[in-house]
Amino acid sequence: MSHLLDVENLWVKFPTRNGVFDAVRGISFSLGRERLGIVGESGSGKSMTGRAVLQLIRKPGRVEADRMEMNGTDLLGASDKAMRKIRGRHISMIMQDPKYSLNPVMTVGQQIIEALRTHEKVSQAEARKRALEMLDAVAIRDPERVMGLYPHEVSGGMGQRIMIAMMLIPNPEILIADEPTSALDVSVQLQVLEIMDKLVKDRGMGLIFISHDLNLVSKFCDRVVIMYAGRIVEVCEASKLHEAKHPYTQGLLNSVPDLVHPRPRLEVLTRDPAWREAPSVSALL
Amino acid sequence: MAQTTSQKGGQRRLPVPSWLRKTLTTFATVAITLLGLLFVTFMIGRVMPIDPVLAVIGERATQAQYDEAYLALGLDKPLLVQFGIYVTDVLHGDFGTSIRTGKQVSEDIARVFPATLELATLGTLIGVVLGVPLGVLAAVYRGSWIDQISRFVGLIGYSMPIFWLGMMGLLIFYGILGWVAGPGRLGVFYQGLVPDRTGLLLLDAMIAGDWTVFKDALSHIILPACLLGYYSLAYISRMTRSFMLEQLNAEYVTTARVKGLSEWDVVWKHAFRNISIQLITVIALAYANLLEGSVLTEIIFAWPGIGSYITTSLLSNDMNSVLGGTVVIGTVFVALNIFSDLLYRFFDPRAK
Repeated sequence: MSHLLDVENLWVKFPTRNGVFDAVRGISFSLGRERLGIVGESGSGKSMTGRAVLQLIRKPGRVEADRMEMNGTDLLGASDKAMRKIRGRHISMIMQDPKYSLNPVMTVGQQIIEALRTHEKVSQAEARKRALEMLDAVAIRDPERVMGLYPHEVSGGMGQRIMIAMMLIPNPEILIADEPTSALDVSVQLQVLEIMDKLVKDRGMGLIFISHDLNLVSKFCDRVVIMYAGRIVEVCEASKLHEAKHPYTQGLLNSVPDLVHPRPRLEVLTRDPAWREAPSVSALL
Repeated sequence: MAQTTSQKGGQRRLPVPSWLRKTLTTFATVAITLLGLLFVTFMIGRVMPIDPVLAVIGERATQAQYDEAYLALGLDKPLLVQFGIYVTDVLHGDFGTSIRTGKQVSEDIARVFPATLELATLGTLIGVVLGVPLGVLAAVYRGSWIDQISRFVGLIGYSMPIFWLGMMGLLIFYGILGWVAGPGRLGVFYQGLVPDRTGLLLLDAMIAGDWTVFKDALSHIILPACLLGYYSLAYISRMTRSFMLEQLNAEYVTTARVKGLSEWDVVWKHAFRNISIQLITVIALAYANLLEGSVLTEIIFAWPGIGSYITTSLLSNDMNSVLGGTVVIGTVFVALNIFSDLLYRFFDPRAK
């Protein structure tokens, strides 16, 4: 049986002057109709994993894998044209900061309508109607007015909801959320996440939630993958994160302050060079 | 709190609509700029160690004639007063008489400026039409052979002296191959055949429907225009490339790719639309540069434009013509700047 996404032995390689740099080193995971969290520190390869699935690694970077399939469709050997039909329509991605990820010289409406009309032959009027509905679905008040606004005229939280609307309007099956709330104020983070979570659930989509925030991930995901130095060091149920066995995961958990049980001094994470070379744990289903 | 502050600020200001205030500010800036330009040029002309009187009456004149001309030119008055008189005259549209041609300077300029305008416009057009796509392609295929070619083309454009390229061009395409006509704007047989309406020969010939004149004028202008176009192409393509590289690395371009757009749409609909705003300024600057009159090109091709007019006047100490020409060029420069500023405001939603 194939899942929404099956990835086996994925490598992302960047040739540099001092030899090949491996950003992702042989990880395997699958995604069902679930919410999969990928957690790790900066440079652990979590964003690269998301972009590799969409085949959006910038040249001269290379993606190699034994298998990378979406619903049984091969993504590795897919032509540029075939990938364009998959991007947006089947797999979509939300990026970190709406300030930079929305085109500054196009209105919100133009950008959402473009996302829809790239994949569906619908009239301008119909597309506009659906865009309005979508904006309404991400809890934007007065969508008519917002359609005509430019990205610099909306707030960060609103920008990210617009981004969600834009990425979900062609009805993709998989959504990759790459640190979707890191650039937002704490006060709107939860609101944005709840909207995204609800839409993903209602549409029965698979979600890959990339973050460095363990608490957030354990709250919004079913399974959590912990990455370190381009490998997966641990996979566990989100609800059982506190039972994690790997010293890196434990170290991460221990370095988070706790309001209920305050500690006089937070633990400092000490990294063991052996983790780097330990074989990657499979997160296949 | 914030509201009361702004209300206070509002009360202090005159009740002038913002667009009017902006327009007035712009006009004031332009006036001051032009006055400064005039002042500097005027002073340079006056402090040059050349006797302006001798330039008018010649070296064999008697002392009485000399004194008469000295007074007539107003040279006995203080410099600032002389400058004041000159500015007043200019404001009345009187730039004085050219010593060299014996005609009104304004008349001279009306004759030479269209020649430069025609050449500069065609040159800029060539530079934009070829330079912008070349720059975009060089950025999209960074490091490929097309990028190398564009770099090479740009390097030659920056480093080769224009007079050398001009002479080589004349030698090859006029002297050896005979593909184009030689120096000047029009062959002697065709001169005066079409009525002078705009001063732009190509346009005049088109209006008159005289296609033989049009062909001859085109054959004359094409080589210098290509040469100037090549230089603005070098500049425009380099700028386009670096603007484009910056945009192609932006996150919204990744967003466009995630949406599943084709590479063409990603490049032209998303990235290019963002650089078009910056490009306007670059193109306006390149155009203004050519409008200043490319002296060397005009001299090599015997092009009767404003660049060679000012240079010749300067060499014969004809300061009225130099001043007049400088004012015209300055005005054009400022006008183009304002124009690109306006376009900027129009095209960039963030500037509104």
